[in-house]
Amino acid sequence: MKIFAIDRNGKEHVLEGRNDWSVMEILRDAGLPVAAECGGACACATCHIYVDGDWYTKLAPPSSAEIDMLDMALAVEPNSRLSCQITCRPELDGIRVTIAPE
Amino acid sequence: MAIETDVAIVGAGPIGLFAVFELGLLDLKAELVDILDRPGGQCTELYPEKPIYDIPGLPIVTGQELTDRLGEQIKPFHAGFHFGQMASALERLPDGRWKLSTDAGTEIVAPVVVIAAGAGSFVPKRPPIAGIDAYEGKSVHYAVRRMEAFRDKDIVIAGGGDSALDWTINLAPLARSLTLVHHRDGFRAAQHSVNRMRELAGEGRIAFHVASVKALHGGDGQLEAVTLAGADRKEWRHPCDAFLPFFGLTIKLGPIAEFGLNLHEDLIPVDTARFESATPGIFAIGDINTYPGKLKLILCGFHEAALMAQAAFHTCRPNEKLRFQYTTSSSSLHRKLGVA
Repeated sequence: MKIFAIDRNGKEHVLEGRNDWSVMEILRDAGLPVAAECGGACACATCHIYVDGDWYTKLAPPSSAEIDMLDMALAVEPNSRLSCQITCRPELDGIRVTIAPE
Repeated sequence: MAIETDVAIVGAGPIGLFAVFELGLLDLKAELVDILDRPGGQCTELYPEKPIYDIPGLPIVTGQELTDRLGEQIKPFHAGFHFGQMASALERLPDGRWKLSTDAGTEIVAPVVVIAAGAGSFVPKRPPIAGIDAYEGKSVHYAVRRMEAFRDKDIVIAGGGDSALDWTINLAPLARSLTLVHHRDGFRAAQHSVNRMRELAGEGRIAFHVASVKALHGGDGQLEAVTLAGADRKEWRHPCDAFLPFFGLTIKLGPIAEFGLNLHEDLIPVDTARFESATPGIFAIGDINTYPGKLKLILCGFHEAALMAQAAFHTCRPNEKLRFQYTTSSSSLHRKLGVA
């Protein structure tokens, strides 16, 4: 599956998603600047992304823990998610995400 | 007056704490500095309740429990703790020792400094609003040091966690007006705080908007208004003279970058026999160091602390012979541990 990731300078990166990896892990593995301070424990909100267009509604909805943790994220928008909580799977092929400002 | 000791440790996370133990077995005293107000570092700040499964011998332990147990383990060694302070400068003294200074004025003089700072210092998250730095410390504050400073002010608080709610409740009686903004009508804070905030809003003593701060207006560091944007993206100007964003903490490397340690991508390169940096007497253990094969795991940091202590002994006690002993069998170690 492909992930289209927009960095903080507006540059698009085409990444290969790996089944079962989180989107945060794919972004970090590609060297993109997601801090992911807690390492994927839904405990820091530093892997905040925006999910573009219709892709947001195609995702499994955020857990209450993720909704709560987004309270600690900056510049939250209606399509905000924590990338450590989105798991790569074939149905997400082509998903577009934008790394939130820090 | 500077505190003189054997080892100054920057960071009281799990690795800094365990370093106290390994140093203590060798009769080396330690003083620790941490910007947080309690020990544990990321373990207690980020995931106190989350279970950790890869600590040898502890099949499951939370970040808080691990910190508490380390605290118990190092109790016999009476380390000095300097919490709520950022290690701000490191200077070599004419006698070859190091002087570590903090932003609170503490000075620690020691032949060995151990950087166990993880990814750096926990500092408040700064909202990505253009020009916010010009207001910081004057009319934008990330903490309330003195409530009186906010008397008769028109205050805007942003955030949905306990700090945002607590300060909304505590500052409401002093403020001329207080407006809380949050991106949703739901909060990560304690329920009784949420209830109290809603009461205050119901009584008209504060205002709550589902909104976010988009821009700041004012001059010379003094805010005059903020631009708020609601859920419908409609924007309006809200007059105010203080803005308090509460979005928790994030990690920034901070002054360690200025310590002259030849950092590589914000990490301190060390040799794996001593865990010493290229600067003699300065060691680095835990997530802050790098070497071929490095893994950022707590258990690796423990190993690094043990080897560091052996090397640090020779720097601190150049004329003494290091006696390697096991805690199972050594009566002198038993006396140090208070179990003899």
